[in-house]
Parts: sequence; structure tokens; C-alpha cells
Amino acid sequence: MNSSRLSTLTTPLLQFFFIAALAFGAVSLLLIALGLSPMAIAESMSAGSISNWMRISHLLSIWTPLLLCASGLLFTFRAGLWNIGIEGQMVMGAIGATAVLRMLNGVAPPGLVIALAMAGGLLGGGMWGMFVGLLRNRGGVNEIFGGLGLNFVAQGIILWLIFGPWKRAGIASMSGTDLLARDLWLSTPPGWRVAPVALGLAAGAFLLTALLLANTRFGLQLKAVGKNQQAARLFGIQPNLVGLTAMMLGGGLAGLAGCLQVTAVYHRLIPSISSGYGYLGLLIVMLAGYRAAAVPFIALFFAALAAGSIQLPIVLQIDSSLSGVIQGACVLSALVVHGLHQQKRSR
Amino acid sequence: MKLIGKGLVAILGVSLALILVCRPAYAADTTFTFGLLMVGPANDHGWSQAHFEAAREIEKTVSGTKMIYIDKVNPADRPGITVPNLVDDLVSKGAKLIIGNSDDMKDGMREASMMHPDIYFIHISGDDVHTGKAEKNLTNLMGRMEYGKMMAGFVAALTSTTGKIGDLGPLINAETRRLSSAAYLGARYAWTHVLKKPAKDLKYKVSWIGFWFNIPGVTSDPTLVMRNFIDSGYDVIISGIDTTEALIVAGQKRKEGAEVWAVPYDYRGGCNEAPDACLGVPYFNWIPGYKQIIEAAMNGNFKQQFLWLGPDWKDINNSETSSIGFLEGAALGTEQKKELAKFQKGLADGSINLFTGPLNYQDGSVFLKAGETANDEQIWNLPQLLEGMEGASK
Repeated sequence: MNSSRLSTLTTPLLQFFFIAALAFGAVSLLLIALGLSPMAIAESMSAGSISNWMRISHLLSIWTPLLLCASGLLFTFRAGLWNIGIEGQMVMGAIGATAVLRMLNGVAPPGLVIALAMAGGLLGGGMWGMFVGLLRNRGGVNEIFGGLGLNFVAQGIILWLIFGPWKRAGIASMSGTDLLARDLWLSTPPGWRVAPVALGLAAGAFLLTALLLANTRFGLQLKAVGKNQQAARLFGIQPNLVGLTAMMLGGGLAGLAGCLQVTAVYHRLIPSISSGYGYLGLLIVMLAGYRAAAVPFIALFFAALAAGSIQLPIVLQIDSSLSGVIQGACVLSALVVHGLHQQKRSR
Repeated sequence: MKLIGKGLVAILGVSLALILVCRPAYAADTTFTFGLLMVGPANDHGWSQAHFEAAREIEKTVSGTKMIYIDKVNPADRPGITVPNLVDDLVSKGAKLIIGNSDDMKDGMREASMMHPDIYFIHISGDDVHTGKAEKNLTNLMGRMEYGKMMAGFVAALTSTTGKIGDLGPLINAETRRLSSAAYLGARYAWTHVLKKPAKDLKYKVSWIGFWFNIPGVTSDPTLVMRNFIDSGYDVIISGIDTTEALIVAGQKRKEGAEVWAVPYDYRGGCNEAPDACLGVPYFNWIPGYKQIIEAAMNGNFKQQFLWLGPDWKDINNSETSSIGFLEGAALGTEQKKELAKFQKGLADGSINLFTGPLNYQDGSVFLKAGETANDEQIWNLPQLLEGMEGASK
């Protein structure tokens, strides 16, 4: 084994250890400073997320949209694009799916309606991603600003729908639309808290993403565009078209996540339907070093933080926003370790 | 090799997770644990705090009980978490009875009560029992706050110098239409019967923010709505939301020299934030209702009910017996206090019933003919605001 091969094995491992040690160290110090026991918090959070099947399946219900969003972001990051607009794409997916569910409820068999709602979700999110891409290609608007702007527009649309045309009879509340008819809920077996179909879709989408990125011409094109657009052009690749496709794919997967939030989690449309999972997806992919392989595990860790954090107020009477502090510490640690690594390499 | 590296990372991740897994189950004991789900923070000086303190009192006074709780149960504060998820958590911590304190939890409580048929559920402010949608293990509880709101409207109209009363409303549903209408009726009674002024000169306007409390970017900002009220000449504002913005803004405006007042809501200590601007607070006292249901559940006598508990007219501020109360604020004048006492006496002995015709709905259609009084059903499910009130009905 030569030394460069050895370093490809040890570097990610070492980095992982450094990140973990730094994050745990920083969080533990903070907790001790606040007079809290890190062990008690770790115990209650882990018990709250993985101590039995019901909890694991609840954790998986958070993992599902995270994995879908992160998969979508793998495409855009690979093409060198910052898809901040992912939240809006998720919202538009949820709206597209709800529109289909409302239109076809009672008209077509429930299974077909749900399948069409998923298509509506893909379409809604994909279209919103496409707008970001078009704004970039045609209007010269950087995708970060275009995405942010469209997030606000999507939020405006969902609030208008919930408080206006889609409001409950006799009620005007931001708490959400009427509950979906029961046969339009994605089915969840007794004792489960995640719909197997949703889980399957997310896992399938992730595998497909990894496959497309690693083993296809399109994956190579994305990489070429992401690394060097000028060089890509020399190989006959159209960076704008490839970028637009990546945005549509990313938006579509985020839209599907939005659809699953409606059909499998909330069973109605609510203003905060995206639950911030789009932004969390950005962190996950960055922490994974933009590599597909690490994404499911990091997403799982974030899902466990979200699911376990609810134990903090119940058991320890600590505000659950502490899990946000832990998340932040992890991201900062990763940035520090990556930064140090880059510095070392450039020397 | 790269693959092996990634595999190792994966294994490491899984083993770390496994190290953290599985604590021994909590030992069974005879304690009756009940879980409280609150829509807002437990220290909101409003709706949720009233529930939280009542539950703490139950823990103290009903021996053998223990409370566990989760606050901020709403999708804006806890993304991705649903009521059934939280009920799972509380039940796994030993809760045998769950209280859900918001109308917003109606669907979730219904679903959770279906999933846990052996656990008792109290849904506050809902009416699933009344409408026949509730599972056998779910009961509804609410206080007859109409009386408290009538007193709020009464002191507002007596104090107002401009004759313009604002109502800082949450979202629009049967409950909020009922309570705002009750406040209007109280104000109109004071205006016409005590001050002897014509009803048409009284302005009563409801502005709805869209939810029970401020969610930035989602609801209207109650602080801005309050400022808008005051800038438009409304000098008394009655709050219908879970939090204290109405009183806080009124207090600030008074410091700037404005003659304005507010009537907060929900919580016994509601005036504390700005006593000099506070005319009084209609509040819920959940202790009698909680006690009745929890003791029944402990003794195996739980019975599904639609409990709509009123004030104890002998002493509406008796914490053991009265489910709603009204505490006078420091800003309420002596004369007004005397009139309020007379008004309360009239409500108590039945000589004053404000839900008596002739009364029209906001759109001019007849609600109650002359001499007709509304029954509970009509008051509970009020379909519109009343004639004379400004603001959206649906």
C-alpha cells in the first residue's frame, strides 16, 4: 500500500474523528458551563430517538424528507450551484400535491390520486427549480438571490392559499387547511410512524442520485460544469443546460419531499410545511463534503437530533432548541476541520 | 480503498449510535402521571401559562399525581413534530392521561386517542364529544369565558373616552366569534345602559392576526396591529390572543403620554406586565375542570363529557371552584368598579342576559327575535359576528 492510498483511507476517517471530537468537546464544554450534564442529555436524546421501533420509525419519518432534499442538492452542488431556493421548491411541491389531492379527491381511486399527487409534487418543485435556473441563465440573476426571492414568493403563495381559497369552512386560521380524507393518507402500518412508501421513495431516489452522479455521462457533465465551465464548453457541454437540468432535478426531489410532508406527516397543508428541512439538507451535503456516500448517515444524525430533542423538555425541562446549538456546533466543527485540512494541503 | 474508508466511517457511525442506545424501561409504580401539551411557551403570561400553573397545582393538591409536559407544540416552533408523536413520547414516559390545550390540536388529539385506546385524553376548547367525532377515551373541557369577556367589554366601554374599542383577535372560528361577540355585548350594555349613549356611537372593531400568537412571517404582527389601533383613535383594546402584546403596547403608549388602556386575557397574572394600563383580566382557572376529570380517571370513573364550566357566582375568583374569573386592574376607576360589581351581580342572578333578542348577525340577518334568549348550542356555534361589530366573520 503506497502512502497516497493510505492517505485516501485515513484522511476521511481522521477528519471524521476530528469533527466528532471537536463538536462533542465544544458542546460538552458549553453544557457544563450552563450547569447541565452532557451525559444526561446524550442519554435522553438517544433514548428518545432510537430506543424502540416506534422511535426509530419516527426518526426515519424525519430522515425521509432530509434524504430527498439532500439528494436533490447533490445534483446542484455537483454542478457548482448553490440551491438556496430548495425551501421554496419543497413548499411548491407540497402545494402542487395538495392541489392534485383536492381536485381528484373522490374522482379517482385513492391510490391513483396519491400517485398523481406525487407527480404534482415533483412538478411543483421541479418548476420552481427551473425558474431559479432560468433567472440565472436568462436574467443573469445569481442562483442564491433568485432562490431566496422565490422562497419568499412560495411562502407568500402558501399563506395566501391557507388563509384564502383553501381555508377551512367558517374558519380563517394560519394553522392549516382541512385534514385530507383518510384514504388519501400514505398508509402507515400499526406501530410504525413512517410510511413505508415514503421511506422506499427516499431510499430509491438517493440510490438513483448516487448512481447517476457516479456512473453516467450526465454525472460527468455535471462534474465538468461544476469544476470548470470554460473547459466543459471545450468538450461540447452546455453549462447552462446542464445547470438548468440539475436545478429541475433538485427542485423535483425537494417537491417530492414536500408532497410526503403533506400525505404522510401532516395530512394537510400548513404554512411551515417544509419544516426547514431544505436548509438542513444544505448543511448535510456540505458536512458530507459533497459526497453521496456520507449523506444518509449525516442525515440520520440530524434526524436523530431533531427526534431526540423533544426529550429535553420532557425529561430534563431544558428547552429543545438546544439541539439547534448541537447542530450548529457540528457544522462549525466541520468547517474548522475542512478549513484546516485545506490550509494544510495548500502549504 | 476509498470504499473501505467510507465503510469504516459508516460502521463507526452505527456503532456510536449503538453505544448510545437503550436505557432500561422506567419501573412501574402507582403514580398517576398525566401529560400536558401546550401550544405556546409555559411562561407566556397567557393561555399556556394558565394551563401550566393549574397542572402544577393539581400535582400539589391531588396526591399521587405527577405532571410531565411539552410546550410550544405547534409546527412553527417544532418543525416536523406532530401531536401523535408527542403523545407517543408522553405515554412512553408513563402518562396515563393527556391534556391537549389548543383548538389547533383537534385533529392530532383525535388521531392520538385512536392510537392509544387505553389512555385518557382531555381536549381543551374542542367539541368532538359534542359533534360525536370523539373516541370513547376523549373528553372536552372549556370554561364559559363569555361571562369574562362580557366584563372585559363592559369595563372597556365605561373607560373609553373616544368610544372606539379595539379587539386584538387571534384566528377566526366559532370560539373566537363567540368570545368577541360576548365582549361586544358587554361593551354595548355599558354604553347604552350605564352611560346612556346611543349604540350607534360605539365603535367596536376586531382585527384578526391569523393564529393564537405571533408567528413571524406567517401571522400579522400583533404589536403592529395594536399600534395601528391606537393610531386610529381606539383607546381601549381587548386582547383575544394567547400572549401579552396588547397590554405591553398600551403600557408603552401610556409612557409616551397617550391615554390608552388594555384588557389582557387568559391568565390570572395577565395585568402584571403593565399594571397602569390594565383595566382587568378575564382569565381561565383550569383547576376545577382538571381536578374533576383527573380524579375520575384515577378512580376508574372516567366518563366522556363535554364540560363547559362556568364561574362560581358566589366568588368568581375562587381558585378551587370557579372555572373562569375576572380580576380588576389597577387602571380601573372607582366608579367603574362599582358599576362592574352591579353588572356582575346582574349576570349572576340572571337579571342580565346579554344573549337576548333582538339581536342580528353582522350581515343583518336575525339571530334572536325580541325577547328570545340564545341556548348553549347557539352561543357555542355562533356562525357570524354580531351587527354593530366591524371585522371579518369568516
